[in-house]
Amino acid sequence: MSNLQVSIYRYNPETDAAPYMQEFQVDTKGRDVMVLDVLHLMKEQDSSLAFRRSCREGVCGSDGMNMNGRNGLGCITPLSEVVKNGKLVLRPLPGLPVIRDLVVDMAMFYKQYERIQPYLQNDEPEPAIERLQSPEDREKLDGLYECILCACCSTACPSFWWNPDKFVGPAGLLQSYRFLADTRDTATRERLSDLQDPFSVFRCRGIMNCVAFCPKGLNPTRAIGKIREMLLADAT
Amino acid sequence: MSNLRSLTFDAIIIGGGGSGLRAALELAKSGKQTAVLSKVFPTRSHTVSAQGGITCAIGAADPDDDWRWHMYDTVKGSDYIADQDAAEYLCSEGPKAVFELEHMGLPFSRFDNGRIYQRPFGGQSKNFGEGGQAARTCAAADRTGHALLHTLYQNNLKNNTTFLNEWYAVDLVKNASGDVVGCIAMCIETGEVVHVKSKATVLATGGAGRIYASTTNALINTGDGVGMALRAGFPMQDMEMWQFHPTGIYGAGTLVTEGCRGEGGYLINKDGERFMERYAPNAKDLASRDVVSRSIVMEILDGRGAGENGDHVFLKLDHLGEEVLNKRLPGICELSKTFAHVDPVTEPIPVVPTCHYMMGGIPTNIHGQAIMQDDSGKDQIVNGLFACGEAACVSVHGANRLGGNSLLDLVVFGRSAGRFIEGALNEGIDYLDATDADIQSAMKRLERWNGSEDGESVPDLKRALQDIMQTDFGVFREEKKMQEGVKRLAELRERINNAYLPDKSNAFNTARVEALELDNLMEVAEATAISALERKESRGAHSRYDHPDRDDVNWLKHSIYCPKTKQLGKRDVNFRPKTVDTFEPKIRTY
Amino acid sequence: MVTSITSFSRNGVSDWLMQRVSAAVLAVYTVFMVAYLLFHPDLDYYTWSGLFEHTWMRIFSLLAFISLAAHAWVGLWTVTTDYLKSTYQRVGAQMLIILVIFVYLVWGIQLLWGA
Repeated sequence: MSNLQVSIYRYNPETDAAPYMQEFQVDTKGRDVMVLDVLHLMKEQDSSLAFRRSCREGVCGSDGMNMNGRNGLGCITPLSEVVKNGKLVLRPLPGLPVIRDLVVDMAMFYKQYERIQPYLQNDEPEPAIERLQSPEDREKLDGLYECILCACCSTACPSFWWNPDKFVGPAGLLQSYRFLADTRDTATRERLSDLQDPFSVFRCRGIMNCVAFCPKGLNPTRAIGKIREMLLADAT
Repeated sequence: MSNLRSLTFDAIIIGGGGSGLRAALELAKSGKQTAVLSKVFPTRSHTVSAQGGITCAIGAADPDDDWRWHMYDTVKGSDYIADQDAAEYLCSEGPKAVFELEHMGLPFSRFDNGRIYQRPFGGQSKNFGEGGQAARTCAAADRTGHALLHTLYQNNLKNNTTFLNEWYAVDLVKNASGDVVGCIAMCIETGEVVHVKSKATVLATGGAGRIYASTTNALINTGDGVGMALRAGFPMQDMEMWQFHPTGIYGAGTLVTEGCRGEGGYLINKDGERFMERYAPNAKDLASRDVVSRSIVMEILDGRGAGENGDHVFLKLDHLGEEVLNKRLPGICELSKTFAHVDPVTEPIPVVPTCHYMMGGIPTNIHGQAIMQDDSGKDQIVNGLFACGEAACVSVHGANRLGGNSLLDLVVFGRSAGRFIEGALNEGIDYLDATDADIQSAMKRLERWNGSEDGESVPDLKRALQDIMQTDFGVFREEKKMQEGVKRLAELRERINNAYLPDKSNAFNTARVEALELDNLMEVAEATAISALERKESRGAHSRYDHPDRDDVNWLKHSIYCPKTKQLGKRDVNFRPKTVDTFEPKIRTY
Repeated sequence: MVTSITSFSRNGVSDWLMQRVSAAVLAVYTVFMVAYLLFHPDLDYYTWSGLFEHTWMRIFSLLAFISLAAHAWVGLWTVTTDYLKSTYQRVGAQMLIILVIFVYLVWGIQLLWGA
């Protein structure tokens, strides 16, 4: 696939009445490069193409996008993983308002993150050294704290599409559980009482799109299940 | 009056990485009107890529550990041009700063007794180099930077810091007396340009690794703060000192943490020989980074490099076993599979020295206040301007930074800048307002790009710049090539001054941001090149074939690059720590 | 916390529990019915009506009807809040659903106990 055919979602609010798909021919010199590399080659052809990127190694979460129908990070997705029949279709993450081209407005996503109070709360006086935590207790945070806020999960979740203002979404809930599971956090009751309504957690229907698309291999559905168990234990 | 909208804050922090967020947190807690202005959403900052850990004598791995030992390692690692008062502050305040991070929720890995896990890193010793290898780097698996950055962002949310996310700072605004009174900034989403007024402007813009073609740095590391300060006429310190990390993944440049060698991994050449035993018989693979990087390059030049072109070596980890790798180095396993198509559990990772860190930067004191020299060469504070993190040169890293000291630098000096600014604001700061003409002069560059009608493209020029730096200012340097490089950079500057921005739209115009970044890369590259050419010795990361030895008679000094004259001056290194005896320069071996 | 007054319990945990418990009841009821029908291949009106003469069967059936009503309400309420973004449409649909469920429930009770 030396010459790759790329079809990409374009929209510039200043000049376009409606979004459209633009075709590009990209010469990858036969190498199995990452989708982000392809975007850079495309930007050299047309500098007006807009997309976010930063670390280019899958840890900053800037370049979440939809590649041939699957959400993922452009920088760690090699062409061999997504290209079908020599063609690549690139779209912005679904379900969020588009600012320009692949750049989406993530305000709603961040708002849900902020809503779960994503910081440690501990009302006991701070010791002179660190708070102690056993390796076993620390292990409970594995698979939770690694989230990079790329939004690949939440924007693949129909419940988040329909109720982005009320359903916290997989990313926010994963972080919520990260603090519920932290033995150093003392705000468990308050956190739970903020989540017991019919929307915040319970809009999760367990379809596991979030698990399928998380580029870091995390499992928000499992975390949501754990929150549900805690809510049930707390309320009955 | 200028027709720009203006925003007013007590303090504006440019950059949302570790040091910026730490400074902001301190100010937000004090109730000052603080804003963090960041060109990316804060958790996308490059701090997120730091892997191995934060070095600090908290005494978890060894209860007898002493911050003075850490200070000794830091000074020795710097090849003796770290300021010893600053290194003292870094190492002695470090434990407090690390415990604060833990209290904020940073999910450190743990020892069985519940204390923070610490691993060995390069250049660490006990008892002032006499007690063998120390384990002093506090880690959250191999994702310490990620954990640290997210924790700081979260705590800023908790304390209601104002964020101007996806805003780009264009240039500093100076008043008639030369004080910094804010900056010109652009909202990337809308293209709106505003005048940000502030009594304290903190440059926490990180490094500029993107001046090299091969770098571990994020694409956003374009030295924006250094560029702005240089254009405003402020000097830079030790800009020739660029750290090449021994283990960037061959081809991709992504970082493989020194923690791999800390956990017991080692480097091998094409014959499978553990060659670091020859170059650093004691510390071996945990010698400091400049030493290891040079050794790798020498192996390659001597024909013992691996691969078709014999241009890399291998990092062997498989002997550590799958369990250790998955528990301690899970991120490395992931990166290695993605970018080197190699599973470290079974195969060694192909690696090569890769540009990693800028030891130099905006000279500051331990309070983050930017420093310039008056006509007689005496230090003088720049009113209103502060810097911290990689953009600053306090200097605690001197000619070579130790692994794990960068994260500590961020939190210790971010915190100290925040505290100092809080105090200064309480005492009252009163600078002259900027006039329309002052604002106009800070707008020049943006207007130049917006008015450009024809010329070369930004990506082409950026590539040209990176090629010059890569070939002429790499791990080993020599007079002739550097002279050539400086000349080529001067020509390139002309071309960049006439470059063309085709897309003039306003909404999320990333082409405009990249054009503005190119100017900053140019400033950093030129400062680096001239400083490197003029420092006629080898010290730390700066190695010259034509001057292979350290010259303490002439060069036990900071270099000071002056952007107005493009000349290199000198500045005294501080040898007066407050509570410990001075560490006198010695021959540096590992 | 998100407040929503048209959810009867106004609480996700209780809605969720209600849906799970009612599902369990319906499952048991269904299994019972299928088994009953299989064991009575020549079922006639008298046998069938005889079954419903038993008080336990009437209670069991009533439980199943109530479960069905509750299950339907939680499920359909969720569907309306997902897909109907206009407040009037959503409230209208929810009222209609309540009405229909109520009518069916009353009718079911009448069938069971009215004879």
